[in-house]
Amino acid sequence: MNLLFDFTVDKATSTIHITREFAADLDLVWDAFTKAEILDQWMGPKPWRVQTKEMDFRVGGRWLYTMISDENVKPTRYSLAEFLEIHPKSSFTTKNFFADENGNPDNSGFSFSITKNSFKAGAEKTTVHIEKKMSSLAELEKFVAMGYKEGIAVGMQNLDEYFETLVTNQ
Amino acid sequence: MRRDIFQAIADPTRRAILVLVAVHAMTPNAIAEHFAITRQSISKHLRILSECELLAQKQDGREIYYELKMDKMKEIDIWLDQFREIMEKSFEQLDQVLFTIKNKKK
Repeated sequence: MNLLFDFTVDKATSTIHITREFAADLDLVWDAFTKAEILDQWMGPKPWRVQTKEMDFRVGGRWLYTMISDENVKPTRYSLAEFLEIHPKSSFTTKNFFADENGNPDNSGFSFSITKNSFKAGAEKTTVHIEKKMSSLAELEKFVAMGYKEGIAVGMQNLDEYFETLVTNQ
Repeated sequence: MRRDIFQAIADPTRRAILVLVAVHAMTPNAIAEHFAITRQSISKHLRILSECELLAQKQDGREIYYELKMDKMKEIDIWLDQFREIMEKSFEQLDQVLFTIKNKKK
């Protein structure tokens, strides 16, 4: 089956738009984006994967997770998504931070992005639209700069890990 | 002073300045000739773009030239490309997971 994938960036509003179709019904796709046991199976490209530490899917609740590639390495970076709005089987919005393992937002405490995930049922497919608004490009630019510095200092692996953390921080 | 690069390139005049100097380095006067706004506002735009490190200055004799400094713009594009690729790969994994769950239900 041909599944649509569209990725556009609006730099003027610092927003990324992603649209993707999935060959499954709305109930299942909704679960895949909101239940930790499914999220942990697909988020992050191999060998990296998401490992959920806490998931409390309700308004005011949060999802605390990290990226791992090796079970024996203790993760140092966590990502935190706070659920701002939930409209069951329709959309949910998160505010995203970097955090420590207890879910305390990173020293600076700034939010990296606001992400709205919308779901639309079709005949045989479900369409997901992700709208990710960065708080500012200055922050993105800072992250990128940090990543490059690390990458040069300790090799490409950290840079990759850094990218992974960024990417799943949605 | 810290500047927001997104904010800097959100302004249409500043985007036009970047396009102009991307072709070749220009003096503030030569840049100002392209716009129907005061020389003073052009200077302000140039200052903001310089503070964002999108523009670099170089001295040639008595003239100052502005040229495009590509690095940061390029870094952001590289990051966006990576992000796109990682999302694409994750979604392909999700296709597999959905397929597996659907088959189990049957």
